[in-house]
Amino acid sequence: MSVENLSMAKALNQGLRQALLADPKVLLMGEDIGPLGGVFRVTEGLHAEFGDNRVLDTPLAESGIVGTAIGLAMRGYRPVCEIQFDGFIFPAFDQITTQLAKLTSRHHGSLTMPVVIRVPYGGHIGAVEHHQESPEAYFAHTPGLRVVSPSNPHDAYWMIQEAIQSNDPVIFFEPKSRYWPKGDVDTSASGFPLHSTRVVRPGTEVTLVGYGPMVSMLLQAAEIAESEGTSVEVIDLRSISPIDYDPIVASVQKTGRLVVAQEAPGFVSVGSEIAATVTERAFYSLEAPVLRVAGFDTPFPPAKLETAYLPDADRILEAVDRAMAY
Amino acid sequence: MSYTAATVQLLDIEGKLVTSDATAEYLPYIEKLSDDQLREFHRQMVVIRRFDIDAANLQRQGQLAMWIPSLGQEAAQVGSGLAARPQDHIFPSYREHVIARIRGVDPMRIIEMLRGLSHGGWDPKEHNNFHLYTLVLGSQTLHAAGYAMGIQLDGATATGNPETDEAVIVYFGDGSSSQGDVNEALVFAASYQAPLVFFLQNNHWAISVPVTRQSRTPLYLRPGGFGIPGIQIDGNDVLASYAVTTANLDRARSGGGPQFIEALTYRMGAHTTSDDPTKYRDNEELDFWTKADAITRYEKFLRSRGAGDDFFAEIEAEAADLTADIRRRTIALGVPEPSQMFEYVYSEPHALMDAQREWLANYEASFEGGEA
Ligand SMILES: Cc1ncc(C[n+]2csc(CCOP(=O)(O)OP(=O)(O)O)c2C)c(N)n1
Ligand SMILES: [Mg+2]
Repeated sequence: MSVENLSMAKALNQGLRQALLADPKVLLMGEDIGPLGGVFRVTEGLHAEFGDNRVLDTPLAESGIVGTAIGLAMRGYRPVCEIQFDGFIFPAFDQITTQLAKLTSRHHGSLTMPVVIRVPYGGHIGAVEHHQESPEAYFAHTPGLRVVSPSNPHDAYWMIQEAIQSNDPVIFFEPKSRYWPKGDVDTSASGFPLHSTRVVRPGTEVTLVGYGPMVSMLLQAAEIAESEGTSVEVIDLRSISPIDYDPIVASVQKTGRLVVAQEAPGFVSVGSEIAATVTERAFYSLEAPVLRVAGFDTPFPPAKLETAYLPDADRILEAVDRAMAY
Repeated sequence: MSYTAATVQLLDIEGKLVTSDATAEYLPYIEKLSDDQLREFHRQMVVIRRFDIDAANLQRQGQLAMWIPSLGQEAAQVGSGLAARPQDHIFPSYREHVIARIRGVDPMRIIEMLRGLSHGGWDPKEHNNFHLYTLVLGSQTLHAAGYAMGIQLDGATATGNPETDEAVIVYFGDGSSSQGDVNEALVFAASYQAPLVFFLQNNHWAISVPVTRQSRTPLYLRPGGFGIPGIQIDGNDVLASYAVTTANLDRARSGGGPQFIEALTYRMGAHTTSDDPTKYRDNEELDFWTKADAITRYEKFLRSRGAGDDFFAEIEAEAADLTADIRRRTIALGVPEPSQMFEYVYSEPHALMDAQREWLANYEASFEGGEA
C-alpha cells in the first residue's frame, strides 16, 4: 500500500499525470494551464513534463476549447478541458449541450466522445462575481453527459482517472473550497466505480446526502447532531448523473429520514431530483418528508454575504431537527 | 511585441510631439486643447495610479478580496475616456477605474465590488452613461453593439450635430478578442453600421497567456475582415489615445459605422492580486514598457510647455488626499443585510423570493432567541 497525504489540487495533479503517462492520446486543454499550472495550480508541472503537444494553453474562448475538444475526440484523442471558473463555462454551454452530449447518440453509437470537462465550482472562497457558483444541475439535466464531483483528495485522484477512461463525456466538478485541505490518498488501491455513492459515516436516525463541497459540511453537522443525541448517516453521492441510488434507498429504509444538501440553488436541482426519487422508491420507509437544504434561489451574492447564502452545519441541523420532529 | 511601423504615436517616449504624415490627421485635436485640458490628462493619470497602488495595498492588508490593477494602462484609458462626449455611452471591461472616475462613479463603488459587498450597483443613467463592469470576458461587446443599434433606431446619431449625436465605446482585452461574443459583436456592428468604437487594450497578456497565442496577426488588422476599419495606437501615449478616439467616435457618430482601435500597452503588474507573473514572463519586456511609461513621458511634455513643480506637487497632494479618503472609507465599510440577496432579483414581486426572505428572517430570529 502506498499512501500519500495530499491536497485535492495535488491529488488531481497526480491523477492527471497518471492519465497522461498511461495514454498518449490524453491531452489537457485550457486557459492558463501551461507554464502557470492553472489558476488553482492543478496542472502545475505538467506542461514542463509533457510539453506543448500534451498540455495546451489555449486561446481565451471556452466554446473554442470544448468545440475543438470534440473534434480532437473524433480524431481519437481524449481531451481533458479545464474551465477556469464555474461561471465561465457558459460560453461553452452550446457545444456541451447540443453537440458533446448528443454526438454518440446521433452516430448510433459508432462515435464515442471521451471528453472530460473539469470545472472548479462552489463558494466559500470569498471571490468576486461568477467565481463561486454551482451550475451542476444544468449539466445533470442534459441527457448524454455524466456528471461527477469528488469530495476528498483520495476520491479526486481516482475519479479523475476514471473519468478520463470513460468513453462518454464527463463533467467533472471540483469543489474549490476543498482544493487545499489535505487527506490520505491511497495510490496503490484499485479505485472504485466512478458512479458509486459511498456511506462515509454510519448512523441510524437521519440520512444526510450531499456531494463535493457539501460532504465535509454534512460530516460536521453529523458530529454536532451526535453530540446532541441524534445518530446521523452521511452519504457522499460522488456521482450526480447517473445517481447510484441503492445505498441511499437502503439507508433511508434504515433511518426513515432524509436531508439532501447542496450549495446550488434548490429550485429544479439535484436535491429536488433525489427527493422525488427517494419518495418514489422508499415511500413506506419515510417517517418525514425528504428535506432539502440549498443555496437560495438568488444570484450568488457578493462574497461578504456568502455565509448567509450557503448552507452551513447550522442550516443542515435545522433540517435534521425538522425531520426528527415529524 | 512592441510598437510597429503602423503604431500611431503623437508623443514619443522622450515626451516630444511627433510630426509626420501619420500624425498630421491627429495633431490638430491636440492643438485645440488648452493648457488646462492638457494638464487634466496628467492629473487623471497620476491620481488613478496612486489610487490603484493603494488599492492593491488595501488588498494585501486584508481589506479587499482582490484588486484588479490598471497600472501601466492609464494613458490608453484616460485619453479615450476623456475623448467620449457627455452623450456617449461607455461599456467597460473591469480595469477601467479611471474612466469610471472621469464619468462620475465614486471609486468606492469599485472598492465595494472587490471587497465582496456588491456586484456593481451604480446606475449608468446617473453616472454619465458609464455602464457596469463585466467579468465574463467579451460579453459587454455585444451589449455595446446592441445599444449602438438602438441609438441608430432612435435616430439619435448621424444627424449632423456632433454636440448631440450619440456613439458608444466598448473596452475589452487582447485575450477577450478570442471570444465568440467579441467576433459576433464585430459582425453585428458592421452589419448594421452601428455607431460603436471597439477599444481594445492590448496589454500583451491574458493572465499568463501572451497575446501571440490569441492572434497571429496584429489585432488592429482583424476587424478589417469584418469590414471595420482598424487602427493601432501607442496606448501609453495619452495624446494619441485622446486624438484617435475622438476622431473615431466622431466618425461613428456621423454615420461612418463601427471603428476599431488597438491600443498597445502593458500590464505592468500582476493580472490581479491573486496572480504571480514571475511564473510566466520575463523582465526584458517589462524593461521596455517601463521606458515607455505614460506618465514619465507626459510629465516631460508638460514641463516643456511650462508646467512647474507646484503643478506636479498639487496633483500629488490630490492623489494623496484621494487615497487617504478611500482608505478611511474602505475601513469603515459595513456588511450588508443578508435580506439584500432577495432584493432586485426580479423587478416585480416573486413568490419564491418572498418565501425565502421570510424563511431566512425567521431562521435568523431563532438564533436571537437563544435556540438552535
Ligand atoms: C468567459 C471568461 N473566461 C475566463 C475568464 C477568466 N479570466 C479573467 S481575466 C482573464 C484574462 C483576460 O485577458 P484580457 O482579455 O487580455 O484582459 P486583461 O485582463 O489583460 O485586461 C481570464 C482568462 C473570464 N473572466 N471570463
Ligand atoms: Mg490582456
